[in-house]
Amino acid sequence: MRIVIASKSSEETLRIGRIIGETASPGEVIALVGELGTGKTCLTQGIARGLAVPEAYPITSPTFTLINEYPGRLPLYHFDIYRLEGASDLEDMGYEDYFYGEGVTVIEWAERVLPLLPAGTLFVDLVYQGEHERELTLVGNEELIGKINNLWKEGGC
Amino acid sequence: MLVLGIESSCDETAAAVVSDGRRALSNVIASQVRIHGKYGGVVPEIASRKHTEAILPVILQALAEAGVGLNDIEGIAVTRGPGLIGSLLVGLSTAKALAFARGLPLVGVNHLSGHIAAALLMDPPPELPFVALVVSGGHTNIYLVRDFDDFQTLGQTRDDAAGEAFDKAARLLDIGYPGGVVIDRLAKQGDPRAVSFPRAMRDSLDFSFSGVKTSLLNMVKKRGRGFSADEIPDVVAGFQEAIVDVLVEKTLQAAAREAVRRVVVCGGVAANSRLRSRFEQDAREREIDVFIPPPVFCTDNAAMIAVAGERLLSAGRRDGPDLNAVSRWPLGLRL
Repeated sequence: MRIVIASKSSEETLRIGRIIGETASPGEVIALVGELGTGKTCLTQGIARGLAVPEAYPITSPTFTLINEYPGRLPLYHFDIYRLEGASDLEDMGYEDYFYGEGVTVIEWAERVLPLLPAGTLFVDLVYQGEHERELTLVGNEELIGKINNLWKEGGC
Repeated sequence: MLVLGIESSCDETAAAVVSDGRRALSNVIASQVRIHGKYGGVVPEIASRKHTEAILPVILQALAEAGVGLNDIEGIAVTRGPGLIGSLLVGLSTAKALAFARGLPLVGVNHLSGHIAAALLMDPPPELPFVALVVSGGHTNIYLVRDFDDFQTLGQTRDDAAGEAFDKAARLLDIGYPGGVVIDRLAKQGDPRAVSFPRAMRDSLDFSFSGVKTSLLNMVKKRGRGFSADEIPDVVAGFQEAIVDVLVEKTLQAAAREAVRRVVVCGGVAANSRLRSRFEQDAREREIDVFIPPPVFCTDNAAMIAVAGERLLSAGRRDGPDLNAVSRWPLGLRL
């Protein structure tokens, strides 16, 4: 399954994130693919709010810290592969504890570690369209995408 | 007191020996030295396995460079967090084993408090209380420091850290790595007023650097082609100025708000020459003393951990063999 959502602003990208966070189940892996500045961290901020991570935690970029963990309805593990060489670096970090744990894992620059992503991963491809506009394509996990699509169309979250 | 400091929270494996919390007798960082013998030429990176290979040679070298033996060490300070659990555990397990085997007092240190404590290696050191800006690839935070176990967060980034913004700008412009160093160098040849970038969150002590990155992205996309070598210095000078402006302004505003006359600027980005000169100039105008440790104590290192640890050990703090690593540890939170 594949759906395409046109986001007209960072607020809309946040809302898509909130919907993903609200529908995510334990063990969900969400792979974000997109260039610099296409809204990957912004989408993750939305996912965190959807997972009820308290507002007191600013959701900051994990580029240098590599993994940020947040408490929520489910724990959120925010990965950034940007500085890694590839799959072997991720293996050295003990990624299995996160991917196959009870929380929700969000991975920025996921295209660099495709072989390690579990079956049922939700892929979100973010593409620059204009100063504020981004196109988000959701592929993978059918059940989850169906729920997200319904909520988005109903104007939920 | 002679303290051995150990740091392995992220990329660097580091060890140092510090005397009386004031004088670094050695300061060894694995990525910057050649480790001889069995581990010849190891350059530790992100992975905890690399820390495991580097930790013992680095500690031995720190002792050797300080001209002391383990018998002379009177306390051990180790980074407990924040950072990658797998990486932290390497330093922590080694520190606990050494402390247990030698019957030495051990204390776990917050990595961010270490960055701030690096200012105590300066002569003269800043007197308490002061406002501290910790600015690096992973952090951009302003604290009120009342004591070395009494911190209050006054401002923090809401998205990207300042060092990260430099790195990503350098990637967008394809001008090399490490981004902060390249931009610092190129900006010296440019006019900081030629290209203007947005300054975010003017009414708050919090930071946001995502917008300035996107603003650069929009410039690059609108042109459809890269900037020429002649244009780059002005672009990066303008970009750097936007970041430096908000770092300096918010930190000095925080000092004014808290009515303190001393400011410490630390963390990897504190090595940026424009940030240093702007802080010195603007602080002088406002009659505030600014303390910026030398660059070698600004990047991740273990001397700063030993200094922070010495303060805690002198105050009677001791951790036991049950000391655990913590990935997230806001400064000021007693665990």
